[in-house]
Amino acid sequence: MNIENIRKDFPILNNKNITYLDNGATTQKPLKVINAIQEFYEKYNANPHRGAYLLSVKATEKYEETREKIAKFINAKSSQEIIFSKNATESFNLLAYSYGMENLKENDEIVISIMEHHSNLVPWQKVARVTGAKLKYMYINDEFEISEEEIEKKITNNTKIVAITHVSNVLGTINNIDAIIKYAHKKGAIAIVDAAQSIPHMKLDVQKLDADFAVFSGHKMLAPLGIGVLYGKKELLDKMEPFLMGGDMIEYVYEQKTTFAQLPNKFEAGTQNVEGVIGLGAALDYLEDIGYDNIEKIEKEVVDYAIQELSKLNYLTLYITPNKENHCSVISFNIKGVHPHDVASILDSQGVCVRSRKPLCTTTYEIFKY
Amino acid sequence: MEDLTDVYNELIMEHSMNSYNKKKLENADFSEIGHNPNCGDEITLEIKLDGDIIKDMAFTGHGCAISQASTSIMIDTLKGKTVKQAQEIVKIFIEMIKRETKDESELEKLEDAIAFKNVSNMPARVKCALLAWHTIEDMLKGNDNKNGK
Repeated sequence: MNIENIRKDFPILNNKNITYLDNGATTQKPLKVINAIQEFYEKYNANPHRGAYLLSVKATEKYEETREKIAKFINAKSSQEIIFSKNATESFNLLAYSYGMENLKENDEIVISIMEHHSNLVPWQKVARVTGAKLKYMYINDEFEISEEEIEKKITNNTKIVAITHVSNVLGTINNIDAIIKYAHKKGAIAIVDAAQSIPHMKLDVQKLDADFAVFSGHKMLAPLGIGVLYGKKELLDKMEPFLMGGDMIEYVYEQKTTFAQLPNKFEAGTQNVEGVIGLGAALDYLEDIGYDNIEKIEKEVVDYAIQELSKLNYLTLYITPNKENHCSVISFNIKGVHPHDVASILDSQGVCVRSRKPLCTTTYEIFKY
Repeated sequence: MEDLTDVYNELIMEHSMNSYNKKKLENADFSEIGHNPNCGDEITLEIKLDGDIIKDMAFTGHGCAISQASTSIMIDTLKGKTVKQAQEIVKIFIEMIKRETKDESELEKLEDAIAFKNVSNMPARVKCALLAWHTIEDMLKGNDNKNGK
């Protein structure tokens, strides 16, 4: 497995003289994904689940095939537990409205960490405001990690929801989600995993983790923009109210009431992003062809080299856990006396694309005391 | 991409790193916060008026070199001007950055602020350069209305 050959799979990297390092924001797309979308429109574009004609049946097959593929990819019990959404953000909003608002009451607690992406933070603020529940944060220690003591201090008998990112998009810290989920369950809370940042880099096994819900976006794992996934345990999803109402999520519609479709359609109102789903399927195939073993090996080489070289610069501060095994491929740094936006513009003039925006995760950045 | 030295030139670097306009103003008549939610830059502009004339102005806050320098140089440019003159200069500056300038000779009225002309070639940084100018635009509009009443 040669990194130069992998680069060749990405047309944008060949067409433009750039070094693209902003994969935490979105990834570039391999030709396999681009071709799959083109093939869909050229050969079997139709509205799935609707037409009584062969083309629509074919479109439905392709759509549902990908659902099966994703279920296998993350080891869900059944494809009914895979819901397509717009992105991780929409998946979180679905959970906030259809689970949080319905099940929480005053003095219940929602526990998240200080390193959460806004998608796993702002929806919970709303749930807290509406239900009277409390939103609590697990903070990080000097090694940019959440300690066991912090987990056991923040998750209590009043905690009903624990939502935690697998990998921090700001620090690159790999959280001990296994321990967090176990402790959440011990206290009677449900556990939600944000896998948006981790899934392109490492295996997500929802059954092994015993995660109640997991969310991720396609566009951070080589798939198109605008397609995301919500995984949920069937017994929980079955009990939940639909999030969006409309076509395709119904069983019978009367003038004054409606009965809803079974899973997963209950949560997929309106015509779906079929090209996104097809593209996501192709991205999964591409990732599986390379394999997580190779991905981890190549990333380790690149990250080790980058850290080694960046450490030589005395004007640069790295924000990375010293425990290598707990660090994924995000490298956060600050250049003394220079605003990140200016650094990004200067790097851009050399064709290097990096993330510089301070506030995507304002709460985490407060840690940097920038 | 433009040659970066055109943007990060001496004047801009000087104003961004150590601006004499960055301070609290005693007895300001108006104060307004300008915030760029996309990048987190935040400034507070304060103005002291003497009748129709901008007698003094200062700012506090944080942001990148371009937003900080743009704020500081704007203050140098607008101090001593009437509200009406200031509004005209603000309009010219915004048009310059957005590449909507119709009359190039108008740009002379910008004085040192013309140093930001090359930012118009860096779409990612346009918001940084305009933060203070949009903020003062709103402030002066508010002041206009008050005078109108």
